[in-house]
This record gives sequence, structure tokens and C-alpha cells, in this order.
Amino acid sequence: MRELLERRALVSGVGISKTGRRLGRSGLELALDAAMTAIADAGLTVEDIDGIATMGEAPPDDVKNSLGARLAWMAPFGGQGAGGHLRYVVQAIMAVATGLCRHVLVYRSVSMLSGEFRDGATGDAAWHIPFHEYSAASMVAMHARRHMHDYGTTREQLGAIAVTSRRHAALNEQAALREPITLDEYLSARWIAEPFGLLDCDIPIDGAVALIVSAADHEPDCPNVPVRFEALACGTHGKMSWDQRVEFTSMGQDDSARQLWSRTDLKPADVDVVEIYDGFTYLALNWLENLGFCKRGEGGPFVEGGIRISLGGELPMNTYGGQLSAGRLHGYWLLYEAILQLQGRAGARQVDGAEVAIAAAGGGPNTGCLLLTR
Amino acid sequence: MNEREEPRVLPEITDLNRDFWTSGRDGELRILRCKACRVWCHPPRPMCPECHGRDLSYETTSGKGTIYSYVINHHPWRPGLREPYVISLVELDDQRHLRLTTNIVGCRPEAVFIGMRVAVRFVAQGDFFVPLFIPDDGLRPA
Ligand SMILES: [Zn+2]
Repeated sequence: MRELLERRALVSGVGISKTGRRLGRSGLELALDAAMTAIADAGLTVEDIDGIATMGEAPPDDVKNSLGARLAWMAPFGGQGAGGHLRYVVQAIMAVATGLCRHVLVYRSVSMLSGEFRDGATGDAAWHIPFHEYSAASMVAMHARRHMHDYGTTREQLGAIAVTSRRHAALNEQAALREPITLDEYLSARWIAEPFGLLDCDIPIDGAVALIVSAADHEPDCPNVPVRFEALACGTHGKMSWDQRVEFTSMGQDDSARQLWSRTDLKPADVDVVEIYDGFTYLALNWLENLGFCKRGEGGPFVEGGIRISLGGELPMNTYGGQLSAGRLHGYWLLYEAILQLQGRAGARQVDGAEVAIAAAGGGPNTGCLLLTR
Repeated sequence: MNEREEPRVLPEITDLNRDFWTSGRDGELRILRCKACRVWCHPPRPMCPECHGRDLSYETTSGKGTIYSYVINHHPWRPGLREPYVISLVELDDQRHLRLTTNIVGCRPEAVFIGMRVAVRFVAQGDFFVPLFIPDDGLRPA
């Protein structure tokens, strides 16, 4: 196999800030908390950091200036697009693989307990907002409804994802919602955008996650188990649109998954644990199908009852509680958890002997994923 | 939804999108189309993604289609809207996969289903004629 750029990089350290509802701290403070933890976790000091890549919200200029870091490179900043939330990890890998940087700080911070309301009819939103479609909840529910029509997927099956996530959150002290829920509670929660009810939607929080992407030859100096990038996916073949993709229900996740598996000899059966974007239940179900853990259209039966995707099951999913229960850090808490699992540092949530993990994030056209190994 | 609801948030009009948003006074839905290969291109772009032709112009569609998917929105994202209301993805008869995000009006939300036949009906707002869809009991055009 050709030499892959992602094999020239690894994760040397990770950090997470305090997380929760209305912490009363700025996103910059939270980002710095996570960054300083990650830098120390990697056995480094700020002087070693020579690149920053971030989705925000704390602007990279502010983080750089606060750290007093001397950088060789900063990633272009803003938005999702192809590669989704994890595109900033891909950029960090590229910066390291080309030799431009040696240790890139990647972070995500969230400090606004904002709703989903988007008020500008610009860009792709110009084709949604005029029809009172203000929320990703509706745009994702549109896909879920069609999936139900095409394959017979049920609310009960989507509910298994929400119930399982909450059960896992009980094992995570940092999770925002830790009280168990039943399938009946899921089914009777108020409607948001039918077929989605409240418990199909994730929980907004404040918090930050950081990781250090280092050159692979830093490995002997890593104080913790280094986590390798076996394969990455950031491509897009279908249209960059929420409503014009020919393969509508699969979203951009099919392009991401195809690219991921084309860059490795590993197979879905080799994966020990999956940490998957669950901003809405359907996104996680759809990732399972697209990534090949079951056939197209069989995601519903695959997750039904929740046993298979629970800790101790065949394919533990969202062991930290997911965005549905732990809280929304836009793909970065799931990445943090995947790294902890491979390092054997997940505590009560540890999947025994986890050696291969997937971190997958995003929906609509904005999707990307990583195959990680220890 | 009726006339008393909050105004829709509408985009800035450009040369590229003008006919889509403002030409519905006569009840016809117009969409950009490639003169060379005859593909309908939506949302409008200055180049045809099929043949890379640069000669595109607005043409009149059938104004009819089928509900591809839909959502019944219950959450009050903004004050002044009349929930529940239906947001739908309508596939037009004119071309496979040619879809519009829109609202279904003129029937109860519970009456909407995937596969339902619908026809365009415009609502005016300032210079805009916004294409919504109503149930259509007419026959599918030949
Ligand atoms: Zn053409």
C-alpha cells in the first residue's frame, strides 16, 4: 500500500476542560484549560507547540496570543464543510506530515448555550430559512423520515440509541445528563421536528477538548500510549447540500466511509469501539450503516434493544454518553473518548483490550471520520 | 400557516437567483436550466455541473411534484410562527432528484405523506413570490 500521510502523525496528548451547563466561563478560558492539559499530557511545553488548528469557538488568534506560542502555521479557521467537524484534525495531520509542524494543538471550545436558530438566509441556508427551517433538527429529521419510509426504521430503534447513551453517561462523571431514561420516556418526550422528539436531540453544554497531533517520531517521548491514525476521511463526492444529494438518506457519510476503508487493510470487524456523532439519534444509526457495521437500511434492527451497542456488547458505541447525554462538543468529546479507550484510560467505561476505534462526525454534506489504533 | 404569521427571512436577490424568487406572480415556477444539455440546475449556479455549459437560463417547470420527505415542525424556533407546520422536500416531475425544500400548506399536517402529489402555490412577500406546495389531486402529467 502507498505511504499514507496520516501514518506520519499520532496523538501524543489529550485534555478536557470542566464541562456542563452554564459554567460561567468564557470559551477562551475553557479552551486554554483543555490546551494546557493536553500539552502536559503529551509531555510537552507551550514552547514545543508550533501549529494550531481549530473549529473554534474560541478564535485561534486569542488562544495563540494567550499561550504566547511561536507558530509555524495556523489552519484556516471557520465552519465545517467536507471533512466535517474533524477536518481540523486532518489539517493538523497534513501540517505534521509535510514537516511544516511538529506538534499541532487542535481544540474545540463551546461557551454559548445557544439554540439552533440561524437568522441569515445566506449560502446553503438561503434554501431552507425562507421555509421556516431554522434547525439542523429538522434537516436531519427529514433524512430520518425518508429512511423510515425506505427501510422501515422505527422510533423505537432510534430510541435505543438515546437510552443506551444515557446508560453509558451514568459511568461518566463529566456527563451532563446521567439519570437513566426508558424507551417510554423517549417516546413520550415532546416533539421537536417530527419524527424527532426532544430526546433525539443532543444537549448543549459549555466545555472544551484539546489534543496534540505530533510527528510520528515523537513516539519514544510520549508519556502515554500514543494513538495512531490508521486512516482518515475528509472527501466529498456528492453535492455540498442538505437537500440535493442523490443518495439522500446516507448523507456525506457514505463518501467518508468509502474513503476511510480505501486507506486501510483493516475491516469493520476489526473495530473494538466506535465513538460517533449523535447530535441527533439518526446520525449515529446512519454512520453505523455507512461504515459497514451492518447493511444499508439495517441500522434499525442493528441497534434495536441497545444490547449490541452497549458496553459489553458486540460494538460498544458512544461509551462516554454521546452528545445526547454527555453534551455537545461537536465531535471532539467523541474523539477524546476514542483516544482514552485506546490508551486504556477510560476507567469504568473501558472496553477491554480496545486496539482499534473509529471516531466519526457530522451529518448532511459535512462529514468525516478517523480510524485510530494503539 | 396563514397571512398573519411572521414574515419569512428571505435571501438577498442576485442576478442568479432573481427569477426563482420573484417571477412567480403568474403562478409559474421557474428554475435555471442548461441550454446545451437541458439539465435543470438547482440551486442556481453559473455553470452546469453535468456538461460545464455556461449558457443557462430560467425556464418554466411543471410546478408539480411528489413529496420525497417531510417533517412536522413543532418547536417554536422563532416567535410568531404557527406550529405545527410542515417542512417538506418535494421532488419535481421535471427531473429525477430535482428537489426543493418548501412548505406544504392547504392541508392538515397529519394528512401529509411521502409519495403525496403536490402542486406549487406562491405566497407574496414584498417583491418575492415564495413557492409553497399544496395537495394536488390532478393527474401526473404525461
Ligand atoms: Zn449542461
